[in-house]
Amino acid sequence: MVTQVTGFSRNGVSDWLVQRITAVVVAIYSVVLVGYLLFQAEVTYQEWSALFSQTWMQVFTLITLLATCAHAWIGMWTAGTDYLQVHTAGKSADTLRFIYQVVCILVLVVYLIWGVKILWGN
Amino acid sequence: MIVKNDARPINVGFSDLLFVFKWPLPALTSIAHRISGVVLFVGIAFVLYAFDVSLSSDAGFNELKEMMASPFAKFVIWGLLSALAYHFVAGIKHLLLDMGVGETLEGAVFASKVVILFSAILIFLAAAWVI
Repeated sequence: MVTQVTGFSRNGVSDWLVQRITAVVVAIYSVVLVGYLLFQAEVTYQEWSALFSQTWMQVFTLITLLATCAHAWIGMWTAGTDYLQVHTAGKSADTLRFIYQVVCILVLVVYLIWGVKILWGN
Repeated sequence: MIVKNDARPINVGFSDLLFVFKWPLPALTSIAHRISGVVLFVGIAFVLYAFDVSLSSDAGFNELKEMMASPFAKFVIWGLLSALAYHFVAGIKHLLLDMGVGETLEGAVFASKVVILFSAILIFLAAAWVI
């Protein structure tokens, strides 16, 4: 078995499962947050900051952020390995794909740290 | 016209893919699922920025509300909501496929039509919400 060292969990079956579970987490969070914004006629700063200072909402948001980053890593990895190949990107495809993967992962790590700072740093 | 005269696989060119190959509906909804995912990957930066400003202070919250009132900001918000809505609906189809629902050719075409219908409704509602 070939292990893809840039895959999220180094295992395709595990990546497949993580992709599904994180999708459900992000979907539930999206519905909850859009629902909140829809049914709250006019959100004030007091209500908004009170919502995000509650432990359950901070935990829910952080779990969603972690899920989003894992989901995006697997998704971007899949798209990159599908399209950045020798017959589409030429001889330097391997180098290009590696750079693309590193950039994707870096961006997601920035998102994660930024999100943690927003949740607990403000 | 591609003539297959031996058993080796053929790599079709990019222009063949775009202009010669007739894309089946499930292929189009699948590539759109990927495109919407990439849009969301980039869009998270805007969402985090807005989230950051909204929780920074009372003044920041009001500043963000003013920013979000501009037509360009509304267009970006609608675009991101549309990408999320499409990715959400197409994702549910994917989960159903994983469970073995709609794996026939007819099932795939029908499911793609349902994805387009439901996401179109959500994208329309998102526009109404943002305006």
